Amino acid sequence: MSNNKQALQVAALKNGTVIDHIPSDKLFTVVNLLGLQNSDSNMTIGNNLESKKLGKKGIIKVADRFFTDEEISRLSVVSPNVKLNIIRDYEVVEKKQVIMPEELKGIVKCNNPKCITNNEPMTTIFHVIDKESGILKCHYCEKEQSKEAIKLI
Amino acid sequence: MENRSLVSIAGHSKEKILYLLEMAKEFEKNPNRKILDGKVVATLFFEPSTRTRLSFETAANRLGARVIGFTDPKVTSSSKGETLKDTIMMVSNYADIIVMRHYLEGAARYASEVAPVPIVNAGDGANQHPSQTMLDLYSIYKTQGTLENLNIYLVGDLKYGRTVHSLLMAMRHFNPTFHFIAPEELKMPEEYKLYCRKHGIKYEEHTDFTEDTIAEADILYMTRVQRERFTDLMEYERVKDVYILRNDMLKKTRENLRILHPLPRVNEITYDVDENPKAYYFQQAQNGLYARQAILCDVLGITLDDVIEDGKKY
Repeated sequence: MSNNKQALQVAALKNGTVIDHIPSDKLFTVVNLLGLQNSDSNMTIGNNLESKKLGKKGIIKVADRFFTDEEISRLSVVSPNVKLNIIRDYEVVEKKQVIMPEELKGIVKCNNPKCITNNEPMTTIFHVIDKESGILKCHYCEKEQSKEAIKLI
Repeated sequence: MENRSLVSIAGHSKEKILYLLEMAKEFEKNPNRKILDGKVVATLFFEPSTRTRLSFETAANRLGARVIGFTDPKVTSSSKGETLKDTIMMVSNYADIIVMRHYLEGAARYASEVAPVPIVNAGDGANQHPSQTMLDLYSIYKTQGTLENLNIYLVGDLKYGRTVHSLLMAMRHFNPTFHFIAPEELKMPEEYKLYCRKHGIKYEEHTDFTEDTIAEADILYMTRVQRERFTDLMEYERVKDVYILRNDMLKKTRENLRILHPLPRVNEITYDVDENPKAYYFQQAQNGLYARQAILCDVLGITLDDVIEDGKKY
């Protein structure tokens, strides 16, 4: 596939953010986590694009949107290897990587049915116990759960 | 205001634990006082627990506080669908402190975050029960004269037993050696063994429970092996009589050995043990009163010095 065709798949951005290297099966989760389905920004979403690293990947380009570190850290639970390029005037001015935060607020659902968070209208809080293996501990019921078992809110 | 709630004992430092034990000791000298005169203590039991409730209410009453509350959530608004937060906010208008028992895990933590008054966790589902741990620690401290370097034998249901898990974590400051005696299906979960290794707590595991296994024990902490915990009922039938303490098993044991049990007991300690001076489970329950008096005062900001000063009046 020529560079030209690849370029056609995703249009160039003047100002905004390119979120790259999203695992294809996580693309729409990332869209949801960032609330992009409700955004009226000019946006290109590509999926199942060829990727040397991932085989297939997703990519999101959003014009005139710059995400906060808090927003970016939300992505850590689903796809820790996502890269963000901040574009200003067609140039990449900054690259950001997703970093697992110490605490996840309102992102993950506790998988303990007897946890208060599943029985009361309230925000969940998880402490990240082990960043490497992605072990989280519910702030309320104190049960640990691994990244594989995570359900998002 | 600083939140002085007691939700879990896991975060307590060694100093804080010893401080609370000292305070409990003061209350044992004289449990009848007026130090909480004019205070209102609410006991909210979203799940019935007569023993714990009576103990907390006695602690409050003997310190001169007044007690309000409910013992059965069926008569409260939570049965109409009121949220925990709303119930807690409402009661906070009336009481200076809320003692709560709830069937959901994390309920006390959440309540302590929304309530303007301190919360005392009297058990949240299978999670924490810090006042039980405090009375266990006080009983060990009182009978052994120290919490340091003890051989503690935990017997029975070590998988679901909330009290044994909390005790294990609270003892990490005191260099104990634990012995876990349990059937295969109810053995100490891996996460607590990992906790032991992480904190340098020595432990051994046994499946047999005989007079030889317990000969070196300073504390024998018995728990109930419940039928409903078994997935394999054949296994239950096989082990149900193994983890029963009989008086004749105590012959080789140490002079200072004391037998603890969080109660209620069913058949895991035979009645002939009750007469043995090493049986301590009823006094243990009584120690709960002093431990809970200390907890109530501590969360209200009353210090050990205040308690000692107050003790001079009587």
